[in-house]
Amino acid sequence: MDTLLSVDDLSVDFTQGGETSHAVKHISFTVGRGETVAIVGESGSGKSVSALSILRLLSYPPASHPSGRILFNGTDLLTADDETLRHIRGNDITMVFQEPMTSLNPLHTVEQQIGEILALHKGLKGEAARVRIVELLTLVGIRDPETRLESYPHQLSGGQRQRVMIAMALANEPQLLIADEPTTALDVTVQAQILALLADLKAKTGMSVLFITHDLNIVRKIADRVCVMTKGEIVEQGPVKDIFEHPQHPYTQKLLAAEPRGFPRPIDPHAPILIEADQLKVWFPIVRGFLRKTVGHVKAVNGVSVAVREGQTIGVVGESGSGKTTLGLALLRMISSEGPVIYLGNRIDALSARAMRPFRRNLQIVFQDPYGSLSPRMSIAEIVAEGLTVQEKGLSLEAMREKVARALLDVGLDPKTMDRYPHEFSGGQRQRIAIARALALEPRFIMLDEPTSALDMSVQVQIVELLRNLQEQRNLAYLFISHDLRVVRAMSHYILVMRNGEVVEEGPAETLFAHPQTDYTRALFAAAFNIEAANHHVVRD
Amino acid sequence: MDAVVSPRLAPPLPRKGLFRLSPINERRFANFRANRRGYWSFWIFMVLFLLCLCAEFIANDKPILVSYKGEILMPVFHDYPEEKFGGFLAKTDYRDPVIAKEIADHGWALWPPVRFGSSTINLDLPTAAPSAPTWLLKEEQCRAVATRKTGRADAGCKDLEKNWLGTDDGGRDVLARIIYGFRISVLFGLLLAAISSVIGILAGAIQGYFGGRIDLYFQRFIEIWSAIPSLYLLMILSNFFQPSFMTLLGILLLFSWVALVHVVRAEFLRARNFDYVRAAKALGLSDATIMVKHVLPNAMVATLTFLPFILNGSITTLTSLDFLGFGLPPGSPSLGELLLQGKSNIAAPWLGLTGFAVIAIMLSLLIFIGEAVRDAFDPRKTFN
Repeated sequence: MDTLLSVDDLSVDFTQGGETSHAVKHISFTVGRGETVAIVGESGSGKSVSALSILRLLSYPPASHPSGRILFNGTDLLTADDETLRHIRGNDITMVFQEPMTSLNPLHTVEQQIGEILALHKGLKGEAARVRIVELLTLVGIRDPETRLESYPHQLSGGQRQRVMIAMALANEPQLLIADEPTTALDVTVQAQILALLADLKAKTGMSVLFITHDLNIVRKIADRVCVMTKGEIVEQGPVKDIFEHPQHPYTQKLLAAEPRGFPRPIDPHAPILIEADQLKVWFPIVRGFLRKTVGHVKAVNGVSVAVREGQTIGVVGESGSGKTTLGLALLRMISSEGPVIYLGNRIDALSARAMRPFRRNLQIVFQDPYGSLSPRMSIAEIVAEGLTVQEKGLSLEAMREKVARALLDVGLDPKTMDRYPHEFSGGQRQRIAIARALALEPRFIMLDEPTSALDMSVQVQIVELLRNLQEQRNLAYLFISHDLRVVRAMSHYILVMRNGEVVEEGPAETLFAHPQTDYTRALFAAAFNIEAANHHVVRD
Repeated sequence: MDAVVSPRLAPPLPRKGLFRLSPINERRFANFRANRRGYWSFWIFMVLFLLCLCAEFIANDKPILVSYKGEILMPVFHDYPEEKFGGFLAKTDYRDPVIAKEIADHGWALWPPVRFGSSTINLDLPTAAPSAPTWLLKEEQCRAVATRKTGRADAGCKDLEKNWLGTDDGGRDVLARIIYGFRISVLFGLLLAAISSVIGILAGAIQGYFGGRIDLYFQRFIEIWSAIPSLYLLMILSNFFQPSFMTLLGILLLFSWVALVHVVRAEFLRARNFDYVRAAKALGLSDATIMVKHVLPNAMVATLTFLPFILNGSITTLTSLDFLGFGLPPGSPSLGELLLQGKSNIAAPWLGLTGFAVIAIMLSLLIFIGEAVRDAFDPRKTFN
């Protein structure tokens, strides 16, 4: 197999404010014709920066390349002039980015987006371009492509947008496709479809793919060879089979071992019910016209009943938009809902904000994004103590700091760091801080809204461990919302499978995972555990 | 019984000094300093502003300190009747040669560098008002007045009191007037900008945070309100009464608070859905606390970035009203009035030129500061 791309001794430095950080250090790898190479690593390992360097898409400065060569078909891309580079970008080498929501221009129709690339590199215009666009859309599996030509990005689902992105990338039959986490922002079911599509396209066109990802399961599924990156260096590379079966480097071994496993401690089936909701409904009215008449409702949550016992974890799974988070927020009375919500015998669904305040300390929440959920302007001590200032008025500063220190210790952080600011902590540490903020009030119920999905795999394992230990020590009840079924299995006693605001299936975790009853659940499991795409009619596209 | 003393877990409180900045503010300050032009403009402006606040000690028709017959008097702070120095007027005119001689005979007087107040009329003008700067005059022009003053036949311009920037058409010293005029302009601008920001932030915060119907009605109200032409309204009102500093401030305030509302509202609309705001709600914090503690800091970035430009706008508004004659009461030292005089006295270019230079320098300094502030709050700003 001859070499298409060879990266040789590449380094990337970022210089800012007189300080230089070495993001990528002397990495070398090759991509052969028709080969799929995956670069795998955790966040901050330099994998995306390496990919962006290939087309010189970083901003220079602050970025610079102190060493290295990137040979593509014999041309050194690092020293090529802008003219040559422009010709290669979008034509010989194309990219698909992670975020399909922002990588398409919201003011252009699908036809304009793809047509622009065709006009630029191929000079195709008018009817000829239109024919080619329809052909491309068919190729990436968009149904009724003719009707989709006039659609704007906001009229497409996430998966469809990513398909359009891929169609754009394929428009000029590139020799190399760089896919930078192309499925991370998508649901597992859609992810499986997109990966199947990429594999199919590769087989049809014979292009090479450089696949950047943090997900080892994807690598195993689609790559021929893999480069494992950490801290800006490639520590190990080789054929996928060898690496997965005989990892040599300790980091690779650690990465492969990092998978949430185990199960939660079984609970007493007669434990008292802590919080329950009966036929809970959250409907958002759709209003039309000048008189703002309600013409219908978006049924975000439609008649869901749930009961959480002390010490129990209820896992809520489903695709995005299925109403998982809305259900949690409604239980916590963060949004208004219909139907009784009962906390330890008290109906809390009709309470005013003021009357609700005493209950708040018992019902806490941890969000998905540890970067967004901590105010950057407050120190850790201030963040964790914030609830105490409301719920335990009159607590002395000393006593408050003591409580903060204890909460930090409980989540495995050094209390001495309590006067630092969030930006000094890693993602995993920040999530621990967010958990400490909830714990400081000694709640009895915590809603965990995708608490692990913004974290690296190895950190996920630690957070799952932490949550399980806390549950055991304090007899906490969790509502665990996640699309990551592996984490859900490791955490939950009981599972709700949601779709379009309704529960399609529920049951104790072990029975549900072993014998899913509905097609939808089966498709979800196949996509999550085996990355297999189901046939089109069961899940969305 | 022995109580088990648990070891203290919390580290001692970090000493919070006066200038302990949070890291984010430290970076902002560094960015502000990195914009050399803005940083220097800031210091130049601060020096000018502080000097102007002490205008009475720089340009005044009264001495700062007088020692008269062994008694220390402070005419800057206190109006002494002329009786004290052997006269009969209710207020002492220290520039009167008789009084000056009386003080010189029985003690001494410490004068400010410029011996004119904002409305002191120079009675010894060598030419008809407006009179050119003294250093531009020819000896022949000065001779008559200088001779009368000193009694010597060979007296010339050097024996006259200096009007460094000439006088206006009322015979008042231009330098003194711009010192006082600068002070009024900046104070007016600061007050107007500060009060309208407070009102604007409050209105924007309420609209953005609560959204929905409140937001809808408030927005429509603001649209109608800001369609009222404030300049015409001012002209009409000034036909009924002579606006003072405070009434002018009040009338302009009626319309200027709208400027910030949109920015603040947008920031609040955005920030109310942040996870940390939701987390604060879940902790049981009240709306007011959340708004002040979590959302306002986000809106402050946008506000502070706009503030120097609002300040500039306020100063320009006052100047233009004065220029049109609808501003501060007649006789007040104002830059707009100086420009108006420059326009009516084309033959006296020092009036227009001085007015122009002061306004241009003041507005430029503020704009440079504004740019530096914008850099400081720009999270993406990188310096190479």
